Amino acid sequence: MPKFQGVDYYDIDSLLSEEELLVRNTVREFVDENVIPIIEKHNRAGTFPMELVGKMAALGLFGSTLPAQYGCAEMNNVAYGLVMQELERGDSSVRSFASVQSALVMYPIFRYGSETQKDHWLPKLAKGEKIGCFGLTEPDYGSDPGGMITRAVETSDGYILNGAKMWITNGTLADVAVIWAKLDGVVHGFLVEKGTKGFSAPEMKGKHSLRASVTSELILEDVYIPKKNRLPGGSGLKLPLSCLSQARYGIAWGTVGAAMGCYETALNYAKTRIQFDKPIAAFQLIQMRLVHMVTEITKAQLLCLQLGRLKDAGKVRFQQISMAKRNNAYHALEIAREARSILGANGILDEYPVMRHSANLESVMTYEGTHEMHTLIVGEDITGIPAYT
Amino acid sequence: MKIAVCINHVPDTETKIKVGADNVNIDKTGVNYMLSPYDEFAVEEALRIREKFTGDVTVLSLGGDAHKETLRKALAMGVEKAVLLKDDSVRDSNGVAKALAEELRQMSPDVILFGKQSIDYDNAQVGTLVAEMLGLPSVAVVVKLDIQEGKVVCDREIEGGHEIVETKLPAVFLAQKGLNEPRYPSLKGIMAAKSKPIEEKPAAPAEVQVQTIHLKKPPAKGSGKILSTDDSAVSELIRLLREEAKVI
Ligand SMILES: Cc1cc2nc3c(=O)[nH]c(=O)nc-3n(C[C@H](O)[C@H](O)[C@H](O)COP(=O)(O)OP(=O)(O)OC[C@H]3O[C@@H](n4cnc5c(N)ncnc54)[C@H](O)[C@@H]3O)c2cc1C
Repeated sequence: MPKFQGVDYYDIDSLLSEEELLVRNTVREFVDENVIPIIEKHNRAGTFPMELVGKMAALGLFGSTLPAQYGCAEMNNVAYGLVMQELERGDSSVRSFASVQSALVMYPIFRYGSETQKDHWLPKLAKGEKIGCFGLTEPDYGSDPGGMITRAVETSDGYILNGAKMWITNGTLADVAVIWAKLDGVVHGFLVEKGTKGFSAPEMKGKHSLRASVTSELILEDVYIPKKNRLPGGSGLKLPLSCLSQARYGIAWGTVGAAMGCYETALNYAKTRIQFDKPIAAFQLIQMRLVHMVTEITKAQLLCLQLGRLKDAGKVRFQQISMAKRNNAYHALEIAREARSILGANGILDEYPVMRHSANLESVMTYEGTHEMHTLIVGEDITGIPAYT
Repeated sequence: MKIAVCINHVPDTETKIKVGADNVNIDKTGVNYMLSPYDEFAVEEALRIREKFTGDVTVLSLGGDAHKETLRKALAMGVEKAVLLKDDSVRDSNGVAKALAEELRQMSPDVILFGKQSIDYDNAQVGTLVAEMLGLPSVAVVVKLDIQEGKVVCDREIEGGHEIVETKLPAVFLAQKGLNEPRYPSLKGIMAAKSKPIEEKPAAPAEVQVQTIHLKKPPAKGSGKILSTDDSAVSELIRLLREEAKVI
């Protein structure tokens, strides 16, 4: 497998610091050597590559922006974004795993957890000794999570949880689930450990997308958890939404990775595939598509980088993250489809990564807020008029 | 144990090299650079020796500011100190070895590691020259390095086999692929490397003994020929190998 040389039409690398470049190059090499050689096998079998968990942890890919006291790298958000970009160039499933572990499990524990919860969970999650999942979506409440049915009832020494979550990444693998449930009508976060009585996490089967990721239902039937398992640092829907902002930020970068992988494949293919006695790259119709691809990638890279700089300066607004997630997932999917078609029949084979990326990106368009929901978020932001209902 | 590793910053193995307009240097635009792969084995070995015996590892590189990127990578892998011997000119192997030897003489490490060659000019001379200049034993093309009480046993690759040799420290070792599996710098290592200093010093001067006068690319590969996809291709292939290529 040749090493990926990157797509950098605007010399955006010159805007990155030495550490950011080293982080990017390290993860790029890691993905070339460890993810790409095995991912098709897992995609075909519909299994998550567990063998990568320890390796990703050793590199420090989980919770990498969190403080060193928890065994994390304490990197900035741009470096974190570059990690997500490279992981998703390998596969959206691998990036999803890292996103969930970092942004949807470690982040809420870090931000809303007690000192005991942080000291107990963060180092283990960083080391990959424990895996987490994030349960917000329910069968009947997706884009509108505020309507969730899952309930917590307080008892003398803890809580009883009842309800069902669906579409939960890493659910079956997870040692700890961050469950969002209503307590007296207000959303709270609860930590539910694997093996707790009444709690089960069957895997959902039959996915055509993110096949190398485990997606599960979470079933809670009179699940008792002690008081200390509630995240004490706040309540309300804004808590899970703040976690989603972290994850969406990573997705904005990740999708650029998938798009770069597809573009590179299409460009190389077009230069070597001969039809009508010429490489197909010599045809204007093919060039136009390749130019569109590289232009959209360049725009997406610039969106991400400035978004990351804003985030590092503590100035980012969630609506700005919505814009980048919306734009980048959309164009990555479009690029994957274009790449698929430039490869002709070969485009549907798993010898090339494009169909896998294309199928994966269908999920990425939907999860972490659908394309439409992000449109409505930015729409409300610029007009002042909410248009959700 | 005091360990020194000399490392080079070279064009990435996958990068497309173009000869520059002067026909003497390569065109550096758009070329990605990396830690020379054999040097990476040397850095990894140094870290393993340090982990086993304690001590510290210093990396040295001779070159311009761009070499800091590669020094930084070694620091991120876990090396303690880095020294840049600054010089922007193009040196021959002797010139590189002189400057490195000068610095190493002052450091007097117990173990000096190099890659067996750096993959840019492929001269495979610097490590051995340095050993000679310092009057130290050197072992090249090492695939196993075992430091024991009072001696070092090395397994080195030779044509068609292996040679096991024994020497004493201080000594110079030139790493070959297979010596180890280099680690990735961890993100924590990368962050920690930020606060490790890169010491800059002027490189000791050396006169040029061997000068590049011309660089050229190998002739372009001709395009392949597909005869046919069924077994009729076999007899045609044999005929062409006999009559056209004249190799059988
Ligand atoms: C592979 C995968 C992994 C996932 N992982 C997780 C996870 O780990 N944790 C978790 O909690 N969730 C997870 N999800 C769930 C995901 O976040 C939801 O699927 C998503 O929020 C959309 O919800 P829904 O599927 O119920 O679609 P719906 O909300 O039913 O939406 C259906 C369609 O209607 C549109 N729509 C809805 N409301 C409006 C409106 N007001 N105006 C215009 N259009 C509208 C949507 O944009 C969409 O096109 C995952 C999903 C997938 C596919």
